Amino acid sequence: MGDSSVVRKHKLALPGLDSELPLYLNLTRRDMLRIAGYSSLAAFLAACGVQSNTNTNTGTGGSLAVGSNESDPGPKKGMEAIVNAFASANGGTKVKLNTVDHGTFQDQITNYLQATPDDVFTWFSGHRMRFFANQGLATSIDDVWDSVKSNFTGAFAESVKGDDGHFYGIPRDYYPWCVFYRKSVFAQHSYKIPTNWDDFKALAVQMQKDGLTPISMGDKDGWPAQGTFDIIDLRLNGYQFHVELCAGKQKWTDPRVTAVFKKWAELAKYYQPGLAGTTWQQAADLVVNKKAGMYLLGLFVSDQFKAAGQDALDDLDFFPFPDLGTQYDAEKALDAPIDIWMMSKKSPTLNGDLGQAKAWLKFWAKGSTQGTMFQNAPGLIPTATDADTSSFTPLQKKAAQIISSAKRITQFFDRDSRPDFAGANGMQSFLLTYLQNPNADTTSLQGKMQSFWDSLPPEK
Amino acid sequence: MANRITPAPTRYPGGAGASVAPRRRRFSLLTSRDKVLLVLMVGLPLTLDLLLIWGPTLASIFLSFTNWNGVGAITAGNWVGLKNYTTMFTGYLFFWPALKHNVLWLAFFTLVSTPIGMFFAVLLDREMRGTRFYQGVFFMPVVLSLVVVGFIWELQYAPNDGFINNFFGLVQNHRIVDWLGDPNINLWAIVVAASWRHVGYIMVLYLAGLKSVDLALREAAKVDGASEAQTFFRIVLPVMAPINVIIVVITAIESLRAFDIAYIVNRGKNGLELLSTLITNNSISEANLVGFGSAIAVVLLVISLVPIVLYLSRVMRTVQ
Repeated sequence: MGDSSVVRKHKLALPGLDSELPLYLNLTRRDMLRIAGYSSLAAFLAACGVQSNTNTNTGTGGSLAVGSNESDPGPKKGMEAIVNAFASANGGTKVKLNTVDHGTFQDQITNYLQATPDDVFTWFSGHRMRFFANQGLATSIDDVWDSVKSNFTGAFAESVKGDDGHFYGIPRDYYPWCVFYRKSVFAQHSYKIPTNWDDFKALAVQMQKDGLTPISMGDKDGWPAQGTFDIIDLRLNGYQFHVELCAGKQKWTDPRVTAVFKKWAELAKYYQPGLAGTTWQQAADLVVNKKAGMYLLGLFVSDQFKAAGQDALDDLDFFPFPDLGTQYDAEKALDAPIDIWMMSKKSPTLNGDLGQAKAWLKFWAKGSTQGTMFQNAPGLIPTATDADTSSFTPLQKKAAQIISSAKRITQFFDRDSRPDFAGANGMQSFLLTYLQNPNADTTSLQGKMQSFWDSLPPEK
Repeated sequence: MANRITPAPTRYPGGAGASVAPRRRRFSLLTSRDKVLLVLMVGLPLTLDLLLIWGPTLASIFLSFTNWNGVGAITAGNWVGLKNYTTMFTGYLFFWPALKHNVLWLAFFTLVSTPIGMFFAVLLDREMRGTRFYQGVFFMPVVLSLVVVGFIWELQYAPNDGFINNFFGLVQNHRIVDWLGDPNINLWAIVVAASWRHVGYIMVLYLAGLKSVDLALREAAKVDGASEAQTFFRIVLPVMAPINVIIVVITAIESLRAFDIAYIVNRGKNGLELLSTLITNNSISEANLVGFGSAIAVVLLVISLVPIVLYLSRVMRTVQ
């Protein structure tokens, strides 16, 4: 979730929140002794997904139920605009948009997909998509994919392919994880963009001398640190090892993992104090307010700059994580999570709405549709090849270019690994423990990671 | 927690062993209208109780012996026997810390928050000037849900822009205390936040109890020359015995079901693990470890039974 998804998820843990919050907490606040009332939860979700049923198989007109996790103001507005555009382009299809808070959506996805889901729904590519495809909770969309695949690169095709070789998703946006900074701060101190590890550390030292926190980090929500782990592991040990590690095919006790933590420790001393109690937004504000020099996060950090004003947003720039001098530098690998559309299996209306659902997926495969989204959510980049890049800001152009020059793309730790392993009482905790004292010996911590992985039941 | 407990006494008359026979005889004297009413008034709560409380409880116990991930049907292949429990007690890194945190929470509530609440109640009971105002002030947090309390205190505790670090000049001196991020202190930070609410709750309960103490008792004590302290400890406190038990039980239950603030702060990790957050993170999340989460829930159930049984036995004694 190191992504805009997370953005919303994390907003949960923040003051001043949106209205979905109470619903979420009501559920979880329920008396813990009775939490086993699973079926009732499913029934509740079922009640949430009621739609009207119109039987047309022409694909135009009729109705469509759309489940969306785009609950942030910007993307939500974009989604609504697209719903209207789709309705008028598709013979007046009555679209029922069911928007659920991002974090809630994620937590309830299993129940949602088993009860009465919407016809199509927002989700993540990669391991997270394949999990539900393997469970038989998603409908393969090979015919749709065949008609739109020319509009996507091979990397995108790979990201929506299930273990069975069928296609299960339409990529709709993505965004890179890079090192963000303010141009004015770099200009003021004549800092140069570091391209290798030594320059990076030298820059951090210089920033410290200049009274800045060299690197901002806000890991209260647990996932932001996973982005740093990903990139160091990718640079140090390569894509193949990283992916296998996330999938449990490599051991966490491997000396190569130790090396990642050693390397990370060289950076961690430049973080600001109190990072474990700082949200990613508060950490971003340190950069916005020119108290910190650099910040490794997803492009969605631009939301926080936009909130601070257009000046701040215009001043935001970024560079890819520097090379570490290994053979894997050439991969230029990075986290660039892809959001996708999927078609559910158990939607009670899907039979009647199948044509509309396919039309919706095809509609989203167009650059013009994705462009509408992206005008409202500048932290997201369209995936379609024919997207109009002339409207991109320099920031977005640069992001698209960095991603296209990457030979390997990963989805982010918690999308590439098991959710139970990556979650709050898992890797998030382990990395927070590590960050308390990065210079300590990590042998026992790595042992804990491995034994935790080993204790998990098979992910069927 | 009131709604959890109240249905139980309604069940009691039907199930009590010794008293069944005489009551049966009385039933036969009832008119059919009475019988319908009785069936409605006893049967309905009983059905709801079985359906909404005992059903899920038993289901949870059953699930705790499986490795069900929340998808599809539960098959024989899901049966793992006691594996969840052995994993929890021996291998699971977060169980013992969580249990310890619950116990520390309970200790703090019992030794600090509840006595403060009782102390406030005693003070306010003395009809001092502005007593209504103070009552309002202390009671106000009780009106807020713990989620809101969590939000409020997060703002106070934030490392760089929080009130506390700035007020005490810790930010300016570069000696930031990470109240919510440092696993050595964050539990205490949220227990204080929870106490902010708990104190008011206890105060109101206790104040109500104090008001019901017969004034004549106090006057008699005064006439006999008892000091204020003697009057309170020798006369008022014993008279308040039923309330005291309820206060103790409420404190225990509040500590065991502690959840909201820890979850709001960081979903119960990094020093804020509680049994309740473990259950949620394992079962009601993307993690899908429903069976394992259920096993933790069963442990919490067993622990919770102690104060619940205590409470019920007290309630029933007063009813009789």
